[in-house]
Amino acid sequence: MLFKTVNLRRRGQLAALSIAAVVILIGVPLWWRTTETYRAWLPVSQIQELANLQLQLSADVEVVFARGTVTPEQQKKVPLTLTQDDEHVVDEDTALRYRYETRYRTATIMEEDALNQPTAAEADLSLHTLSESPCGSLVVYVIPESSSLLPEDVDVYVGQRRTALLRIGAQTRVGRTLEQLLSHLEPRVKQVLQVMSFSHTDITAALSDRVRLSPGNKESIADSMRAFKSSPGYEITFSLLNPDPKSHRLHWDIEGAVQTYIQPLLRKLAPLANFSIDSQTLYYAMLGVNPRFDSSRSAYTLNSDSLAHVINPVEARLGSNAASSNPVLNFLLYVPDAHHSPLHINDHKKQEVPSNAFHSPRWGGIMVYNVNDFYGPEAAFPVDINIDMAKVMGVFLAQLRLLLGVQSSAPPPRFLVAPCSSAGIADWELDRLMWSRSVENIATATTTITSLAQLLDQIGNIVINDNIAQQVSSAVTSLQLAVAELESGNLRFALQYSKEAILASERAFFDPSLLHLLYFPDDQKFAIYIPLFLPMCVPILLSLLKIVSDARQRRREKHAKAD
Amino acid sequence: ACSNIRGVFLVFFFLERKLWNLPLLYDFQEELVIRPLHSGDIYASFQFRTVWETDFTRGNKVSHYRLFPKSLGQVISKFSVRELHISFTQGYWRTMQWGQPFQPAPPGAELWVWFQDSVTDVDSTWKELTNVLSGIFCASLNFIDSTNTVQPSASFKPLGIGNVTDHRFLRYATLPREIVCTENLTPWKKLLPCGSKAGLAVLLKSEKLFHSSFHSQAVHIRPMCQDWECKTTSWELRQTLNVVFDLHTSAQGKREWSLFKMFSRTLTEACPLASSSKIYIDITDNPEQFEVSPATPLLSQASVLGDRRTFSVYDLTQQITFGTVRSLNLLIRWKSSEGDMLRPLLHGERYVAGYGLQTGEIHTLMYNYHPYRSFPVLLLDSVPWYLRLYIHTLTVTSKGKDNKPSYIHYQPSKDRVRPHLLEMLVQLPPNSVTEVTVQFERALLKWTEYTPDPNHGFYVGSSVISSLVPSIVAMDTNSTRERPLFSSFFPCKEESSYFVRVYTEPLLVNLPTPDFSMPYNVICLTCTVVAVGYGSLYNLLTRSFQIEEPNPGLAKRIANVIRKMRGVPPL
Repeated sequence: MLFKTVNLRRRGQLAALSIAAVVILIGVPLWWRTTETYRAWLPVSQIQELANLQLQLSADVEVVFARGTVTPEQQKKVPLTLTQDDEHVVDEDTALRYRYETRYRTATIMEEDALNQPTAAEADLSLHTLSESPCGSLVVYVIPESSSLLPEDVDVYVGQRRTALLRIGAQTRVGRTLEQLLSHLEPRVKQVLQVMSFSHTDITAALSDRVRLSPGNKESIADSMRAFKSSPGYEITFSLLNPDPKSHRLHWDIEGAVQTYIQPLLRKLAPLANFSIDSQTLYYAMLGVNPRFDSSRSAYTLNSDSLAHVINPVEARLGSNAASSNPVLNFLLYVPDAHHSPLHINDHKKQEVPSNAFHSPRWGGIMVYNVNDFYGPEAAFPVDINIDMAKVMGVFLAQLRLLLGVQSSAPPPRFLVAPCSSAGIADWELDRLMWSRSVENIATATTTITSLAQLLDQIGNIVINDNIAQQVSSAVTSLQLAVAELESGNLRFALQYSKEAILASERAFFDPSLLHLLYFPDDQKFAIYIPLFLPMCVPILLSLLKIVSDARQRRREKHAKAD
Repeated sequence: ACSNIRGVFLVFFFLERKLWNLPLLYDFQEELVIRPLHSGDIYASFQFRTVWETDFTRGNKVSHYRLFPKSLGQVISKFSVRELHISFTQGYWRTMQWGQPFQPAPPGAELWVWFQDSVTDVDSTWKELTNVLSGIFCASLNFIDSTNTVQPSASFKPLGIGNVTDHRFLRYATLPREIVCTENLTPWKKLLPCGSKAGLAVLLKSEKLFHSSFHSQAVHIRPMCQDWECKTTSWELRQTLNVVFDLHTSAQGKREWSLFKMFSRTLTEACPLASSSKIYIDITDNPEQFEVSPATPLLSQASVLGDRRTFSVYDLTQQITFGTVRSLNLLIRWKSSEGDMLRPLLHGERYVAGYGLQTGEIHTLMYNYHPYRSFPVLLLDSVPWYLRLYIHTLTVTSKGKDNKPSYIHYQPSKDRVRPHLLEMLVQLPPNSVTEVTVQFERALLKWTEYTPDPNHGFYVGSSVISSLVPSIVAMDTNSTRERPLFSSFFPCKEESSYFVRVYTEPLLVNLPTPDFSMPYNVICLTCTVVAVGYGSLYNLLTRSFQIEEPNPGLAKRIANVIRKMRGVPPL
């Protein structure tokens, strides 16, 4: 009888154990597999490497000694190449290293001829025709103190291309040996580089997406916030606002003006981004504020503190760009209505702004164009008015340069910067822009990719499709290539790859498929599972507990018997 | 009802612009037609036309806009659109009470687009275009996808120039459920050069416009001939807005209308950019039925919709129109409510028959009221896939006899991919009703495919009946002559007939609808059943059963307790 009972209990325990085994070995993996979300493989380790960004910017500098700047003994040791590294740690994840590969050589005969031109501008042009230096590199010609190329009070002439002329000091001050000469030149060449190539402030400003900048002086922050963020394309829209079509019939030759003034600049900027230009005329478009009448000047005035309120009501009329999602640069030409003319913009000191225009950071520019001088008091309305596009485009071009980040910060003393060419931008200015844009693109793309990886890591419910994984991988590859190209000094390729990286990373980040399972809260899952799991698991758990307690008791009995 | 005025004053206007012989690069016209209806309601039809001599085709980039809105211009050039017609309508046009409208439109949203033949992937372009338009007009056009898009083979021919007949480049979709309101009107008004600041558009106040029996706003873009030889082409943007104000809700039952009563505004000026700005009042029934004040000496006649109508014309570009008070408030006062309306020659109706939630039958009725002429009509039906049409049950009968369509184009649906498309050419005998019936089965949807309010029912878009109806009067076939805008919308090829498009009512069909808490209930119930079955099986397998000694009686237990206390072995 007892034997039979023990046998039965043993069989029950075996059954309970085997059911538990089936549930654990087959049921749980099956449930796990079937409710799993699909997550494609992401290059996590490479992303982590990118999160810790070590950027190296390399610039090739050629220093050419013209005749009369080096002594024959010094000349024997040239050419030679020197490499200089400059390291900056921006924050714990980001470090910058600037490498200047400086090659010293003496001028060729043709260059000597070019340097013998009467003016610096002509010398600059003929040096450019001799050899075109690649994107991102610089040539500094060291000319003797006696040279007549530069005016008396100027030591450095910055040309329109990638060349600069540097006047060397008197022989006695420089010293005899080449080392003395070089150590005399080095800080001055560096100063030239700061102007014509990347400077540390530019690059750290470009990193603002990654690195929280310590609040420096107000001016530099304003400077860095003014320009548009780097983007693969921009839409430029010129709008003519005519709030009073009953009085003014305005004609503007925008097609011609764009061809003459804007297109040359954009052609130069083509490697940076794609630009598209359009224009429109808006009627009955009012400014958001009522200008105040200034009886002393018998003119209406807009104060600088009310300018902030001008844009919003106008913007509702501007219309968004239907055909693309690139940022839009708006340039508005506002012709005040006949009853509110003339209208002047005042600055902080209550002085009239000579250009009668202002710009709004990362938005565009507005110019007020008074036409009340074009007709007399007894003119028959509507009056036909032709707008002087040269005047308008001069202002808009300057604003466009500012908004695109072509900086024209004041040069150091004793520097002479060549005036703008017809293209509106010098080659070295373009290079500066390309340096900072490449760095900015890399910074933005790395932040996007790392935060995407972090997000996907944190929320396990998000499905990662193959196309997203592919975008992420291509963004990572492009980023690595961009960093490598930057390191080897190929600026043009670096920019190209950084643009590709930014496109791919944005596409991955904003892919709609990432949102699908984002909101699948755990409490709802429990509500579905509990009706099945609770009644099934409780008996299994109970019988397992019982088996354990039985076993424990039996062991205790055995111990007792042994004692 | 012919009046003697009709013969006396006949004034035709030609715009001075043509006499100057200047190259016409862009031009803007605005126009309002007011037609008092026999029911006492009033019909107001606005048209704004912007013409621009430019070329969006041939891949050249158009980027400098003056009168033409930039947003639409960008859409045309980006998506290589040849023609675009979009309409938003609230309410149903009652043809039998109100006559034919100048621009017919189905309830909800309708969009049809002809693409240029340079477009390679029409479907993806169409998808992108609907998304962009959805943003421009603040409408749910993004719900247009392959399940409600069709390619009609014959019903929607281009209205502008270009003899494209390859319907691969045509897409047509309707959203009968779309609600039209202020948020659609505001972007529509923004496309006008003068906005709502000057000209006729100041009348467009949404609080009045949407307090009406019928409201329809549309945008039509098409290439046009500039001269009759068609040497130069220009692009026409026509914005139309049609509204019918109800006698009882808007006029408190008084048969007396004024601009102020309709729109709560009066007119003070024309849009300064408009080359022509006119108000036409249909006074064909005057003076027997109603009078108009202030009176105008300018009259105009136009053949419109197969009838010669007389209009009083108010030219807003002339200062004299506004009189001494410098504001124009037209007044229309009825004298009697008698008189008959000329019955429209073509009319359509549609309804669903049958009972239960399994099958049903769609009936489409087409009325030809012409006393002695028969004419052919094209019927287009686009039915969603979840109504499975039994095309073998299609019957067409007129006057009790079978009427065999001379052309049938049928494209069967694919579940969750594309709708049914049924197009046929039917000859309507004189003075008859033609009935088209087809049976269908209602499909069961997946539970995520139901709309948020499934018990409301599912809409099926209007049928479209397009026809060349025999005209009583000679129609004007010269497309380049200056005509009022309302009579120049559909191009007219021959004098003896005119084009009419009639939309039937949309259908509201109930589909078998589950109880939506059902999935959770089912989960709970099955889990409980499984758990109970599993529990008993588990118990059977794991418990060991043994016979237990029957419990000793109470007396015996008490005796045992006493014996224990005494130290005696128990019983």
